[in-house]
Amino acid sequence: SKISVVHCFYFRGGAELLFDGVKKHQVTLPCQPEPWDIRNLLKWIKQNLLKERPELFMQGESVRPGILVLINDADWELMGELDYKLQDQDNVHFISTLHGG
Amino acid sequence: MCEAAGDDGGCGADTAPARRRRAPAHSHPRPCVKCGQGSAALVIRLGDAFCRGCFREYFVHKFRAMLGKNRVIFPGEKVLLALSGGPASSAMLRQVQEGLSRETAKRLRFVPGLIYVDEGAVRGQSAAQREQSLARMETLLQATGFPYHLAHLEQALELPASILRPGPGGSGEPGPSYKEAVEGFIQQQRQERDRDSGTSLPGQDMPPAAPRLPAAARTQELLRLFEAVETSTAREELLQMLRTHLILQTARTRGYAKVMTGESCTRVAIKLLTNLALGRGAFLAVDTGFVDNRHGDVMVVRPMREYMAKEIAFYNHFFDIPTVIAPPLPTKRREKPSIHRLMERFLLGLQEDFPSTISTVYRTGEKLSPAPAKASSESQRCLLCLCALDIAGEEELALEPTLIMEEPEPAGDGCCQDAPAAGAESRAAFIPLLCYSCRLTFKELGPLATLPPYVRAEAQRRIRRAEMNQQSQEVPLEDEEPGKS
Repeated sequence: SKISVVHCFYFRGGAELLFDGVKKHQVTLPCQPEPWDIRNLLKWIKQNLLKERPELFMQGESVRPGILVLINDADWELMGELDYKLQDQDNVHFISTLHGG
Repeated sequence: MCEAAGDDGGCGADTAPARRRRAPAHSHPRPCVKCGQGSAALVIRLGDAFCRGCFREYFVHKFRAMLGKNRVIFPGEKVLLALSGGPASSAMLRQVQEGLSRETAKRLRFVPGLIYVDEGAVRGQSAAQREQSLARMETLLQATGFPYHLAHLEQALELPASILRPGPGGSGEPGPSYKEAVEGFIQQQRQERDRDSGTSLPGQDMPPAAPRLPAAARTQELLRLFEAVETSTAREELLQMLRTHLILQTARTRGYAKVMTGESCTRVAIKLLTNLALGRGAFLAVDTGFVDNRHGDVMVVRPMREYMAKEIAFYNHFFDIPTVIAPPLPTKRREKPSIHRLMERFLLGLQEDFPSTISTVYRTGEKLSPAPAKASSESQRCLLCLCALDIAGEEELALEPTLIMEEPEPAGDGCCQDAPAAGAESRAAFIPLLCYSCRLTFKELGPLATLPPYVRAEAQRRIRRAEMNQQSQEVPLEDEEPGKS
């Protein structure tokens, strides 16, 4: 039996402007045979959450350079980046560091 | 990056730039490289995994070391922190707060003030959005207990022409700008009294400016100025110029000898290459260095310039630093992105695969030092950026194309049809007052009538002065013909 998993996704640092200004998204990802790794998550976000200008959030299959990804408050570089497989209750932060400060 | 293999390929870098290694997906959480105990929370530099606690120490230490190494902020000095609401300047504010509250021996000892400039009008924000940003920023500033100033970019239209002249450097009796500084201060006090500023906190030096928005006519004037600019690059340069002048004026009139701005290492590296592309190669050191002394009496200092944008973002996340993010300058439809944006995209893209990119650019910039200040008189300084005019003699021939301007402004300017006065109002008359890159920017600005009054006033002053100097040089020693002047 497949269990659906619940996650919180956050968009900060200006990235929220691409998501209608909404910073926090509580999401139940649909069951699917493919694993929910970050790679597939990004595809899903692009199709379902991103409201405009996808090229400002993504580049190829990854996030645009300048956008940081934190999985449970840790650098995704420590977790395998796109290959990390989401666990139940995992939260992911997308923080933009582009133009300004 | 240099692909030249073998030894030092001339750029002082390692034989080949390190390519990023991706951690395998199932590696156990790594221990911190510093303490070996906490589990690592982030990777900085070229693969150093730090835990939260060690990262905090590293971050805080870097700020103190930056100020300690450079020794330009004196105890008791008034320092104006320029806050954009963005991550870097917000982190800078927190470092100042923490530094001031430390136990006596290691405490920072200067007197901070804060300034926030609302640029919402040119960033495409509605009045409601601007008010919301201002309200959030004011809450943030008030919570610090430091004196703060809220300004609107529209106020740049009211700046005095004196802001384009360097003030006297060093301590002691202020020179001719003192009168203007006093006048500016009185004018500002008057403006604040006219507004309803019931939000004054006890213990603050001066009443904060009310967060209400400026008059709609002012906003329209500012928008006209920005809309008349022909390229997004020139618009970015204009915005930076107006913001800098506004902050400088506040510093001058309120007695701040120093201004701290929050440019990160990432931002500095991008600015270095952007400004190179803009023709500011001669001024890279002042544009990106720790100290920017071009204004004479007020020194701009960049204490965040060794922090990567990633480090700042993680610090703000871990330690709940509040920020108020402003939307970027909008680009018109079908307009090419600015050189600033392109350079950001270029460097950040390269950084992804070669994580020493930004630091290499930064370290190269570190090798530049400002030229000794021989150009102290205003006739040798650029009207807009106050850097030494980098045009001289035969080099002008190479710049001939930039000197070709359109005809002088049409009669809409008023009564300037008389021959001597018309010269002062023509765009071509501005050119000798500007450095190479400011000429390029100026060419892309709108009609003279849209430019801020202080720019036109100071330009006219210098043009007339140059004319008078030239005329006095032409007067023959003996009167050969009666009536010839």
